[in-house]
Amino acid sequence: MAKGGSPPDGELVQLLTPEGERIESVTGSDGTVYRADFTDDEYRGLYRDLVIVRKLDAEATALQRQGELGIWASLLGQEAAQVGSGRALRTQDMAFPTYREHGVLYCRGIDPIMPLGLFRGVDQGGWDPNEFKFNMYTIVIGAQTLHATGYAMGVTMDGKTGTDDGEAVIAYFGDGATSQGDVNEAFIWAGVFNAPLVFFCQNNQYAISEPLERQTRIPLYRRAAGFGFPGIRVDGNDVLASYAVTRAALDHARLGQGPTLIEAYTYRMGAHTTSDDPTRYRIASEVEAWQAKDPILRVRAFLEKQQIADAAFFTEVDEQAKREAVHLRERVLEMPDPQPTTIFDNVYAHGSPLVDKQRAGFNEYQASFEGSAH
Amino acid sequence: MAEKLTLGKALNTGLRRALERDPKVIIMGEDVGKLGGVFRITDGLQKDFGDDRVIDTPLAESGIIGTAIGLAIRGYRPICEIQFDGFVYPAYDQIVSQVAKMHYRSQGKVRLPIVIRIPFGGGIGAVEHHSESPEAYFAHTAGLKVVACSNPEDAYFMIQQAVESDDPIVFLEPKRRYWEKGDVDLDLDPASAHPLHASRTVRPGNDVTVLAYGPMVRTALDAAAAAEEDGRSLEVIDLRSLSPLDLGPAYESVRRTGRCVVVHEAPSNVGLGAELAARITEECFYSLESPVLRVTGFDTPYPAARVEEEYLPDLDRVLDAVDRSFGW
Repeated sequence: MAKGGSPPDGELVQLLTPEGERIESVTGSDGTVYRADFTDDEYRGLYRDLVIVRKLDAEATALQRQGELGIWASLLGQEAAQVGSGRALRTQDMAFPTYREHGVLYCRGIDPIMPLGLFRGVDQGGWDPNEFKFNMYTIVIGAQTLHATGYAMGVTMDGKTGTDDGEAVIAYFGDGATSQGDVNEAFIWAGVFNAPLVFFCQNNQYAISEPLERQTRIPLYRRAAGFGFPGIRVDGNDVLASYAVTRAALDHARLGQGPTLIEAYTYRMGAHTTSDDPTRYRIASEVEAWQAKDPILRVRAFLEKQQIADAAFFTEVDEQAKREAVHLRERVLEMPDPQPTTIFDNVYAHGSPLVDKQRAGFNEYQASFEGSAH
Repeated sequence: MAEKLTLGKALNTGLRRALERDPKVIIMGEDVGKLGGVFRITDGLQKDFGDDRVIDTPLAESGIIGTAIGLAIRGYRPICEIQFDGFVYPAYDQIVSQVAKMHYRSQGKVRLPIVIRIPFGGGIGAVEHHSESPEAYFAHTAGLKVVACSNPEDAYFMIQQAVESDDPIVFLEPKRRYWEKGDVDLDLDPASAHPLHASRTVRPGNDVTVLAYGPMVRTALDAAAAAEEDGRSLEVIDLRSLSPLDLGPAYESVRRTGRCVVVHEAPSNVGLGAELAARITEECFYSLESPVLRVTGFDTPYPAARVEEEYLPDLDRVLDAVDRSFGW
């Protein structure tokens, strides 16, 4: 497969072409029919999500450049995969993100400020996964796929599958993660235990600098066959297809029919993180080729052509995105540094003699400087 | 009612009690179901509690711990069996990077009440990877608690207390002592038993303090019995909890005896003994008549079974250390 190129014909579910032409329906190899049957409101809503998610991401990148965040992992280019899959989740569904799923987080209705403490370095990104049905970001590549699998096993054990309103779980990871033992173990476990789980792989073509061919000889979605469950590749820059494919896989899971691997074929338009320099390992023409497949432009073209939205709508969305970005920026700047003594908090549920002693010693040491000139 | 049980049966009975007490408690591991585990510690439990509570897992240790994390987030209390000490390393990343840190990084919002049972130590004539003592790796990791039982009564209560714990616990079982028998008071509530993270003086004495845990407690007690014939009185303390350490009784003891010998199977270099020696030196410096001495496995890979008796600390090596302490 060509580096960063298009996949072979017939292997990609697409419902909206890069030119903004809608495809009524696509039938997958297993006979599943994927339809773009959204209301006008829903089309406009997806567009709004895409624009806001990109704007917030750009704001975070700017905050890093200005020294307000230590690092940022941009989702630029992957908005459709994240908004499509994120909006396909139902309230009761549980998501296990990597550290780049800011778009999914937004679509779950979660305040985008939540993970920024991690990137600013004022906390370690802690929240209650069960409160938001969204696990904490996981930085170790692929580790969260096992957590998602265990959680999904628990869903089955709780008897929450087998009906239309059952629960499903989604695990996010990237193309690089598919080489990890944990991800392959998660595939095995999910298959063996028929876990209500959707493996959502955003194949953005690069694991930092390493192109896809360093991770695989076959298209990633085909790996599922070896583990005994369906695999499907979707145009990850097509929000309609990403939504439709994810929704079908989630429903498959919630009905108790087991896991699915979705390979969302996309491209990381930005750097791996703000610390990375992609010009060292990929050429400008490749990035330009993907620019033409931009996930937002095609939705806008579609909305315009179908007269689903007018100029006032697009202006209003841009203004909302800007407002939300400004609001995010203001709150990031107000995030206080943590008190040093919090280093010692929450190591254990009920303290620890060793840590408690070290906290006391640290406090005493700090206090010894009080009143001194230093 | 006290009953005579082997250490293995005491664990089995304790696990049964834990399963009875809380429907969220589950057991998962390789061969823990029909077979009852390679050491039969989970014998009969799948038959009585079902295969969704006593789960035979795929043969993948990282998978066992990684899925246990997800189950714990879902509200379950998994007890994971790692079949042998030397097979815990594929799960090391999940234990050290995920299990240990989740409570900390979530600012206390996520608790992972996971028990990781590991049969550890040598002495059973096994092939390589089946006789190791990996406790220092885990005791070194903040966020984990590490305990080691040494006798049937402790095994019965400590496993139940570990399951009740809100923190993840690495639970080390002295595999060569699985078949040793002792009285267990099955009527006593685990909450009233000796606390999980407290050490215990198992033999009082006046001349030397011997610190041991897991399989070496029996060795230390045998040494104490032999020393008595030579007119030396050894005080033996079973540490029981390796993280956090409970060293109050050890400090009190060393201040009386002025001498301390630490015994463990694990190699000495950067092991538990080093931490114990450092802390006892800090706390009991003016009472010490000689340096804290360590009796440990050697700083080699675990050797072939036919020479493991030479590798493992035994009664004579403990007494030798006692002699050296007195001769300092």
